[in-house]
Amino acid sequence: MRKRSWIFLFSIVMAFAFVLAGCSDDSEEASTSNDSGGDSQATSGTSGGSGGSAKPTLERVKERGKIIVGVNGKLPGFGYVDENGEYSGFDVDFGRALAAAIFDDPNAIEFRPLSAQERFTALQTGEIDVLIRNTTWTLTRDTEVGGQFAPTTFYDGQGIMVRKDSGINSLEELEGARIGVQAGTTTELNLADQFRKLGIEYEAVVFEDSNALVAAYEQGSVDAWTTDKSGLVSRQSTLKNPDEHKILSESLSKEPLGPVVRQDDSQWFDIVKWVTLATIEAEELGINSQNIDSFMDSDNPVVRRFVGVESNLGEKLGLTNDFAVRVIKAVGNYGEIYDRHLGPDTVFKLERGLNDLWTNGGLLYSPPFR
Amino acid sequence: MGNLNDEKAINHVHTPVEGTPDKEPPKTSVGVLGWLKENLFSSWFNTILTFIFAWILYVLIKGTLSWVFLSADWNVITKNFALYFVGQYPKEEIWRVWTSLSIVSLLFGFSSGLWKGTVRQLSVTLSVIYAIIAVMPFITGESRVWLGINILFIYAGMFAISKIPKHKVITITGWLISFPVIIFMLHGFGVFSEVSTNLWGGLLLTVLIATVAIVASFPIGVLLALGRMSSKLPIIRWVCIAYIELIRGVPLITILFMAQLMIPLFMGGINIDNVLRVMIGATLFTAAYLAENVRGGLQSIPRGQHEAAQALGLNSTYRTTFIILPQALRAVIPAIVGQCISMFKDTALVAIVGLIDLLGIAQTIVANPKFLGKQMEAYLFIALIYWVISYSMSYASRRLEKNLGVGER
Repeated sequence: MRKRSWIFLFSIVMAFAFVLAGCSDDSEEASTSNDSGGDSQATSGTSGGSGGSAKPTLERVKERGKIIVGVNGKLPGFGYVDENGEYSGFDVDFGRALAAAIFDDPNAIEFRPLSAQERFTALQTGEIDVLIRNTTWTLTRDTEVGGQFAPTTFYDGQGIMVRKDSGINSLEELEGARIGVQAGTTTELNLADQFRKLGIEYEAVVFEDSNALVAAYEQGSVDAWTTDKSGLVSRQSTLKNPDEHKILSESLSKEPLGPVVRQDDSQWFDIVKWVTLATIEAEELGINSQNIDSFMDSDNPVVRRFVGVESNLGEKLGLTNDFAVRVIKAVGNYGEIYDRHLGPDTVFKLERGLNDLWTNGGLLYSPPFR
Repeated sequence: MGNLNDEKAINHVHTPVEGTPDKEPPKTSVGVLGWLKENLFSSWFNTILTFIFAWILYVLIKGTLSWVFLSADWNVITKNFALYFVGQYPKEEIWRVWTSLSIVSLLFGFSSGLWKGTVRQLSVTLSVIYAIIAVMPFITGESRVWLGINILFIYAGMFAISKIPKHKVITITGWLISFPVIIFMLHGFGVFSEVSTNLWGGLLLTVLIATVAIVASFPIGVLLALGRMSSKLPIIRWVCIAYIELIRGVPLITILFMAQLMIPLFMGGINIDNVLRVMIGATLFTAAYLAENVRGGLQSIPRGQHEAAQALGLNSTYRTTFIILPQALRAVIPAIVGQCISMFKDTALVAIVGLIDLLGIAQTIVANPKFLGKQMEAYLFIALIYWVISYSMSYASRRLEKNLGVGER
């Protein structure tokens, strides 16, 4: 018995030695090829710039003839497989926008469904070109984990759902309430932070599983439950009587979700960034997939630059000048993407809120295309 | 539930006594009434139990039936039917999956013509399943034609095989080359248009991973078991022990995560297909467990067998291959089949590492806003598929045990 456990220990030590050896190799490679991060020390550690980073990502993508996008395949509204076996959803459409910008074909794309744990490894090793998988932009992920965050495509936040007949309209009125929360998530910590700040007494009821949590809420054993607002909304539509529930307008946390790329390729980062921004800029300019042809001979210099008949913005990115037109024709502007997957015609009926243009009181703001 | 005291049952045995005319037994001791009285209402305690369980059964069945027929929405199955079986495999290339299935059906037909018995029962069951699927109202015409072809192949193979010369050789080689041929058909490898493995999904992927893991782990497992048992080669023995104990000390999901996360890190730029990675992980895992099963078999062989073989002048290779291993493997058939069944079900774990196997496809289908909240229906359906396949395997193994006389020695 003692011999056996000794072997086991030895094997573990060996395995760790291999892991460490692998990491140090990677960080060397990362620091030599890293031209975007200033301090190479900060990007070493877990950040791996391997995966054949000798070649620029754009070149590799073009050689391959398709872009590989890491997505969440199991998130209602954001990523799922539809009846025709095609990936569909809000996040998926931003991947298709990239494919359209590069290849003028929204289907020149391969989706790699990823779990939350493996998403960053897949990105670091070069298995995927871009990660669009409801990933929250945080400082750690931007630095240590080695991600580079393109503009936020969805401003989420933790919310709270209550029954309408409870008469609760704000966080303060939840004094003494039993609030259901999922164990081991940041939502549990956010809830504690937020309520301590407000000085409200409450009773947290912790559940292992989100299904059990929703079931408990439906049966009335908790007064309210909390998770990300997009999650609350998608769950609400599955409740027996969705109209008897409501989501409080306050947010307990900030969850900006957007595309992530590796740190080692600033050109590729620019492409992902400006393709995403193109959908926002198009909405601001009033351009959508239906009317875009009528804008091709516009006199407005801003529009002319955007659609690529003036200046050479696309070439500066390494794309063609009409990349924005390709994107809009393929997936539409931001508003169209939003409405298609989350808007009033879907089961979610999610209001734009923060995800509206800055001109409408939202947070979406595109720097100028010039 | 009712038959608590067997002694009473003896009292009911009807023995004709000489000289007295045969009388009809009392109605309450034979037939349906007799059976009921004997098994369900033999004492006041059993009567109470019977009523309690009858009530529980009634509630359960009523609830289940009313859910199945009234409140469940089976659109989540019917609208996505093809997805469950082949995942995202392109529609225009679907004939390749059908052709692969036809090969398997034909081989089943051949085998059942050759060996009859269990294989024939399984083949007939398979054809019945095909037929049931074919008559479902939501199946497309094309699929019905293919299912018809498959049924035809099973029965044609069954009757034709005996008329072909060298039928045994043909069937066995057929099974051996079928797997590479099927992989070739599914992938294309440049001959047909390529369908990359990330589009393989659903039951197709589950079966492929399970098959590879079971088939490939068998030789590895046997070698590991022999290595662990070898007394003359201490280094090989130590390596085998280390491998087996290391793998058995780690949960499968950990190995799958290692395969998905570590291999790409170690391999630098070289990209190993992630389906292949999972297959390797599952094979290495199964091999360790199989090795322990086989070792159990090896240890059950009495020392006399070794000595007898030695006395016949066989060298150690012949001794192991022809005397020891066949007996050892035969002794552990139930354990090995159990391992296969558990491997087949364990493939569901690949859904966690991002592959869309049968479970993965169900999870992604219920994320479709049109089918939100239909998890029950989807999971029940895939549970049924898992059950049918696992039960077929365990049934086949039971029959095999009987035919080989395992456990009757």
